[in-house]
Amino acid sequence: MTRHQQFEKIWGNLPGWGQLAAVNHTSIGRRFMLTGAVFFIIGGILAMLIRTQLALPAQEILNPNVYAQVFTMHGTVMMFLFAIPILEGMAIYMIPKLIGTRDLVFPRISSLGYFCYLFGGIIIMSSLVLGIAPDSGWFMYTPLSSSEFSPGPGSDFWLLGITFVEISAMAAGVEITVSILRTRAPGMTLSKMPIMAWYILAMALMIVFGFPPLILASIMLELERAAGMPFFEVAAGGDPILWQHLFWLFGHPEVYIIFLPAAGIISTIIPVFAGRPLVGYRWIVLAIILTGFISFGLWVHHMFTVGIPQLAQAFFSIASMMVAIPTAIQIFAWIATLWHGKVTYNLPMLWVFGFLIVFVCGGLTGVMLALVPFNWQAHDTHFVVAHLHYVLVGGMFFPLIAGLYYWLPQLSGRMPSETLGRWGFWLTFIGFNATFLLMHLTGLLGMPRRVYSYSGGLGWDWLNLLSSVGGFVMAAGVGMIILDVALHFKFGRKAPHNPWKADTLEWATGTPPTPYNFASIPRIETRHPLWDKPELADEMARGEHGLSDIDHGRREIYGTDAITGKLKEVIHLPTNSWWPMISAGFLAFVCISLLVRVYPVAIIFSVLAACSLLRWSWENGGHRVMAPLTQEEHERDEPPLHSRTCDGPGLWGMNITMLADAALYLSLLFGWLYLWTVSPNWVVPESSAISLPGLLLSGALLSIGTWLYRQNVKRLCGGDDSGLMGRLGLTALLAMAHLLVLLWVTVSADLAFTENSHDAVLLLMLMFQIFHSALVTVTTALQSWRVKYGYVSKLLPYEPVVLKPLWFFTTAIFWVSFATFLLLPMVWGGGV
Amino acid sequence: MSNRKRRELKENSCIKRLAEVSIIAMVLSLTGCSGPLSTLEPSGPHAQGVAWLWWGMFWFATIVLIGMTWLWWRAMRRDGTNTAPEDLQKKQNSWVLWGGIALPTGAITLLLAFGIPIGHRMLPLDTDGVMTIEIEARQWYWQVYYPDLDITLIDEIHIPVDTPVNFQISSQDVIHSFWVPRLGGKVDAIPGRTNQLRLQASETGSFQGQCAEYCGVAHTYMDFIVHAHSAEDYAAWQEQATDEPRIIDNSREQSE
Repeated sequence: MTRHQQFEKIWGNLPGWGQLAAVNHTSIGRRFMLTGAVFFIIGGILAMLIRTQLALPAQEILNPNVYAQVFTMHGTVMMFLFAIPILEGMAIYMIPKLIGTRDLVFPRISSLGYFCYLFGGIIIMSSLVLGIAPDSGWFMYTPLSSSEFSPGPGSDFWLLGITFVEISAMAAGVEITVSILRTRAPGMTLSKMPIMAWYILAMALMIVFGFPPLILASIMLELERAAGMPFFEVAAGGDPILWQHLFWLFGHPEVYIIFLPAAGIISTIIPVFAGRPLVGYRWIVLAIILTGFISFGLWVHHMFTVGIPQLAQAFFSIASMMVAIPTAIQIFAWIATLWHGKVTYNLPMLWVFGFLIVFVCGGLTGVMLALVPFNWQAHDTHFVVAHLHYVLVGGMFFPLIAGLYYWLPQLSGRMPSETLGRWGFWLTFIGFNATFLLMHLTGLLGMPRRVYSYSGGLGWDWLNLLSSVGGFVMAAGVGMIILDVALHFKFGRKAPHNPWKADTLEWATGTPPTPYNFASIPRIETRHPLWDKPELADEMARGEHGLSDIDHGRREIYGTDAITGKLKEVIHLPTNSWWPMISAGFLAFVCISLLVRVYPVAIIFSVLAACSLLRWSWENGGHRVMAPLTQEEHERDEPPLHSRTCDGPGLWGMNITMLADAALYLSLLFGWLYLWTVSPNWVVPESSAISLPGLLLSGALLSIGTWLYRQNVKRLCGGDDSGLMGRLGLTALLAMAHLLVLLWVTVSADLAFTENSHDAVLLLMLMFQIFHSALVTVTTALQSWRVKYGYVSKLLPYEPVVLKPLWFFTTAIFWVSFATFLLLPMVWGGGV
Repeated sequence: MSNRKRRELKENSCIKRLAEVSIIAMVLSLTGCSGPLSTLEPSGPHAQGVAWLWWGMFWFATIVLIGMTWLWWRAMRRDGTNTAPEDLQKKQNSWVLWGGIALPTGAITLLLAFGIPIGHRMLPLDTDGVMTIEIEARQWYWQVYYPDLDITLIDEIHIPVDTPVNFQISSQDVIHSFWVPRLGGKVDAIPGRTNQLRLQASETGSFQGQCAEYCGVAHTYMDFIVHAHSAEDYAAWQEQATDEPRIIDNSREQSE
């Protein structure tokens, strides 16, 4: 058996049905992108239905009810089931190849994310097939989406389905962040990363902070609909505008979550075809970071007509315009790169050129819309519809297709047809502009969004007809692209290695890539490894660099320092596993039973899902299918395995997860303070329903537990594991005691959570705390148990370290909640 | 006839044709901007201000777009430079500083310099002595209440011309949005709160209004009409309306 065959055996997927157990990033990434493409076609068909209905005035092809489902699902599918997942898929596929490693750092998480996406997508689409799809618009404004005005299950499909799909986004966000920070090829400092990795890192971190507000809002609205907890209901002290704040707190960063990776494609392609390094690498990195920060400060520009105070409007208006600056920096850096280089003009570059025109146009109307007085006229009209399509299609779809044509030879080993490709481009480009350029005028002539029909004589007739014709031309263009890609797999001519003479490591994999990407991992000393050292790809394939040993039968990658890229450890990755699919399957059943409101079944499946996740986590560290402690380990001339260290990728994963968790918690705090200060009918009950002494006792137990846990970890990493099992067990018992007191406090509290918003938020806060406390209890108890099996010891101190941030977080939110939910209102006046 | 003359004639007729076509195109594009709901055919100072703003922004944006496209095209078609890496550092900074920072900052400043005063004039800042009309949105109609006259209308509003009017807008059920494109911007009608909107008509006539926020199946049909009367006509309408209120609405009392 040659070494390559051996690598193939260790890194390959299982045959047949075993493909479902695959965790390899190349496989998972491809599946994400393929599934995303299918959803894109579905969303496109919905768009064609909309354009058919609006082609002529006073048509009744779709009735208003069906039309509402169609436009809601078009937006939902395109945003949540196409744009985000396909870019996640691209990131999952590309990142390890770009940074010179063999897989993402938590491969089973990739697989879990994919199945959550697939199952969630199918659940959401089933509502359309059944004719009960959500119908209040893709941003689901309350009270239209609440049970009073949408009594059917449509909103539940949206809320539960999207939240389920978002598990995949969160998983990708955490996993990609840690992978980029901790598993780059040795020597690849942050400033030597390919520019694409910066873009994807920003995207991943923005997912981590940007999705939690929507997840919280969805949970709150579903609780309001299913359990009658009135968060958004004015009569009970809630406020529908809170939904808008939370939604757009997610919704605006989301635009940049979509745009940044697409801009990354542009920044990658341009230097390759200009034949010179990207001009202003550091400026672009600065622009990426600025975009990330600014994008969290302009969500209110979606809400200029809700009656926000003038000062706030001015602030958000200027902030919205400011985002033009980092965007302009990138555009001029690209122009400068082209200016100073000698450009090869081909199909990917054609799409890049199309991107520029469409995106700049969308950016310009974006600045117009940020101007408050103009926004008051244009908001909620077809002008906004045109603008958002210019930004999203221009800023995401065009770069995506540019990237598709650029990386297709890498993915399939074949070249697509230039002729079909050009037809595809021109039809799409002309069709798109015919549809949406005119639509700006339609909007200014007063056509609101989401009207299912219109009478003739308003000046909209010919505009709508032309838009519809344009829409079908664009659809033909997209059809051409799909045809081209489908045909190329069979008829495309074989691609040479690195056909575009690119500089980055993904072209050093096989084409199509092997599951292990690289037979050996080199030291990277430059930003352009394949330009500066053309023979590198062959050397890597011959196994002349690091980690070329495969006799141990483990999937291994390097772990490196987050900033300097200094080699720190060897990370042994888990192999194919059924647990991600099983867990996602149970979660899907939880989702379905919540949809049909059979709660006992939902509880059963939740327990099953938790058990399967814990069973999955059992195969870690020193477990015999992972990397049990052996004798020869000490003789091996490699850095230590990660499970033998105290600063492994798991700790990083937990820290990033806690950032997401903190974003979720801060959203909850924001909701609480918002309702206190802004909600029109906010009512504070006369006296405290919650037992303060009970809560103090519970908090004291938790704090002692945390202190004890910290001591345990400190001793363990200091090399002392005497009595570890007992000490971890004791800590778990403390957590359990804290949890029981907390449960007692919650159950005995006389909360009128279906009658007023105040108590509903309080209960939600308690539930949030209980969830974390239970998680801490169970995972710590399992650690104690793992000591018995020898999976945790002074030689294997990795796992207890991972749990430490969870303990700290649980304690921190306990006391912050205590202060803001109980003490602050007392100071403010009024009981609790 | 000499060839030269013939050619001149031909050219002349060409120019004539071109002139005709461009005049037709201009007329078309102007009439293309009018319509009963067109923000580009303003009939009040607020809508007028925004329409000016739009045309200013439109021409500015068009120039920027053409400039960027030209620059990009030039950059792609050039042969490139042999700039040494150390000189490139300086060059890249000037690209980024001028194009990436100075250009958008200048454009934004210009935009705000015009935009802020226009927006400011649209605000209902002084409320003393300004006529008030209360609007309550429901699925799917607009209830119009005149507190001074104590009359209620449905989907129909009468205002005096050249007089600022404050609309106090709220909703009884879901979120709607009150919009009369030819008079000015829109404001959402939200349950639990009252939003203010200042509108003023500068000519008499009837102006269509429309709900702009999706509010359920009949959203499309949630329209209304604003009649702007001259002072005498308005007085006459007032008299007639208070004498014989056309719509006596009970739901208002029930809800309060």
